[in-house]
Amino acid sequence: MDETYDAIILGTGVTECVLSALLSIQGKKILHMDANSWYGGECASLNLTQLYNKFRPGQEPPTDIGRDRDYAIDLIPKFMMANGELTKMLVHTDVTRYLEFKQIAASYVYRDGKIAKVPSTEMEAVRSPLMGLFEKRRAKKFFEFLQNWNDQDPATHQGLDLDSVSMEKVFAHFGLEPGTRDFIGHAMALHLDDSFMQRPARETYERIILYTSSMARYGKSPYIYPLYGLGELPQGFARLSAIYGGTYMLDKQIDEIVVNAETGAFEGVRSGDEVAKASMVIGDPSYFRKGVNGKDKVRETAKVVRAICILKHPIPNTDNSDSVQLIIPQNQVGRKHDIYIAEVSGNHNVCAKDIYIAQVSTIVETDKPELELRPGLDLLGPIYDKFVTVSSLEEPIDSGRDDKIFITRSYDATSHFETVVEDIHDVWARVTGGEKLVLKKREDGEGAQIQG
Amino acid sequence: MAATPRQNPRMLQFKLVLLGESAVGKSSLVLRFVKDQFDDYRESTIGAAFLTQTVSLDPQTTVKFEIWDTAGQERYKSLAPMYYRNANCAVVVYDITQPSSLDKAKAWIRELQRQADPNIIIALAGNKADLASTRRAIPTEEAEKYAAEENLLFLETSAKNSLNVSELFTMIARKLPLEQGSDSQRGGGRGGSSLVSPGGGGQPGRGGVDLRGGQQQQSQDACNC
Ligand SMILES: Nc1nc2c(ncn2[C@@H]2O[C@H](COP(=O)(O)OP(=O)(O)O)[C@@H](O)[C@H]2O)c(=O)[nH]1
Ligand SMILES: [Mg+2]
Repeated sequence: MDETYDAIILGTGVTECVLSALLSIQGKKILHMDANSWYGGECASLNLTQLYNKFRPGQEPPTDIGRDRDYAIDLIPKFMMANGELTKMLVHTDVTRYLEFKQIAASYVYRDGKIAKVPSTEMEAVRSPLMGLFEKRRAKKFFEFLQNWNDQDPATHQGLDLDSVSMEKVFAHFGLEPGTRDFIGHAMALHLDDSFMQRPARETYERIILYTSSMARYGKSPYIYPLYGLGELPQGFARLSAIYGGTYMLDKQIDEIVVNAETGAFEGVRSGDEVAKASMVIGDPSYFRKGVNGKDKVRETAKVVRAICILKHPIPNTDNSDSVQLIIPQNQVGRKHDIYIAEVSGNHNVCAKDIYIAQVSTIVETDKPELELRPGLDLLGPIYDKFVTVSSLEEPIDSGRDDKIFITRSYDATSHFETVVEDIHDVWARVTGGEKLVLKKREDGEGAQIQG
Repeated sequence: MAATPRQNPRMLQFKLVLLGESAVGKSSLVLRFVKDQFDDYRESTIGAAFLTQTVSLDPQTTVKFEIWDTAGQERYKSLAPMYYRNANCAVVVYDITQPSSLDKAKAWIRELQRQADPNIIIALAGNKADLASTRRAIPTEEAEKYAAEENLLFLETSAKNSLNVSELFTMIARKLPLEQGSDSQRGGGRGGSSLVSPGGGGQPGRGGVDLRGGQQQQSQDACNC
């Protein structure tokens, strides 16, 4: 590794691997390292041995739930929106060639102590227990308004300006009940808390359109999921980077971020007595927690509590679905943040047959985080085994433009990858001094073309 | 029911992975097999680590190899599990002029036996056979004996002068369980083991979704992603 590169990348989460691939495609000489012996960093998928090593060092994994190699348990619970930005990125880079996807079977929401399917078609909406008869009519008018909205045609605006009027006002315009606002705002627009109500409606409008267009794509839910787990995503982009000449080193201890003593600018990375040099470094927050040159580089914005639960049955009351997303809107259980449940199973090649992996997560609000998951855990039925973690959500303190140390964000509590792609765009702009990332499919082989 | 002769020729697709120490000639073997080229001073095959080539077994049956080269990820312990996933066959390469490269090949074979599909077909290739008369360090018999013990296909090859290169891939094609290949004309899936459901509208089997379908319009245009 004692060489000079254009960029060194630390950590192999999906954010870092996409950036690595894009830079390699541009002809940059990349060294990409990870302290772990596996790909994925915080968004890796682990087999049972790796999972037990991580959470219960010294304890042997169980032998009665199938073979070790059948497992690929995600460390974070996220699904891909079928029509979302990550999907487009996979298509434009041709990384889809390395992956296979499956739909998530259904999307549920918790209301008044019960769970119900988030309606996906008009038929389902008509039969949905989520709304009474008159409310259904009002909701129908609301959705028609969104579907027909055309920026250019004021006749479709019904006197509402999405860029200035708050979402609360839009809901009020259609006379929607609080419970309906809950499921639309949290289970369709996928907001984590209620602050969206006071913000301009445009954002929520766009999120609902993303939800419904993703839904329309394959039919059962707006979500898709890669067979063998989310860890396939970083692996796919890492392969693309390697094909374009990127050098990969796993299981590599990172001992020091070397900077110029006077200017503080990045110079290289030391591992043992080897130093790799480069003009910049991009890395996930875990590599910068100790600060650099006596300066703090990352700060914590919130904490997330997640419980990975191994079940021997599908989540009760979900029609025996092999996979679901279930959202408990904050108001329904007297919280400030939603509780998310994401379930996948043997059908997704992430665990043995007849096993189900459910993850319950939320943003921590008290000093007893695990207790906060109760309403979610109570919906799962008997839990075979459970791994609870509390992790910090971290972000960089500065843009990195001065010292050429560009830090990515932690994977947040949202149920999908949209904010991850936002972060990729943000880092790209910081690294390139303000360029906008525009990808185009390449005609002559693998890897996207970057415009600009 | 009497067996009727097959009407349409079939093209069956299989995933083949290359393994072995760096510089033994993995990429060169692929380049020779796929493009019938060789380059003495070639650096790594940038942008082309995903190639296909067909082998005709009989007028009715063609095997299409979807070939995964390591893209250099064999160095520094960085080959991803995705690489072995659903591989139907593997070519493990060593360099007959480098004694340590056979030990490395054996280690890769153990790794495959541990990680890959138990039915994977493994071929051991002793490459750079054009240097046999001047620089051979590993006797043919030694590798041959090991291959027989481990039930591997074995040939000495040269990417440089073409010796045994197409023979190697044909040998593998003949050994493949053809009924497990995916019909490549129906598009879709990766890897050989996933059968494409008939009339699946371009979607891979087992209820999978094809991201490339249904979005042709958008995917041609540039987008902000
Ligand atoms: N003499 C000879 N040289 C070869 C042969 N195959 C590959 N090489 C050379 O060995 C070096 C490494 O080859 P490469 O295909 O990049 O190896 P890889 O790292 O295993 O992919 C290159 O300089 C090739 O030209 C061969 O059959 N005979
Ligand atoms: Mg090579």
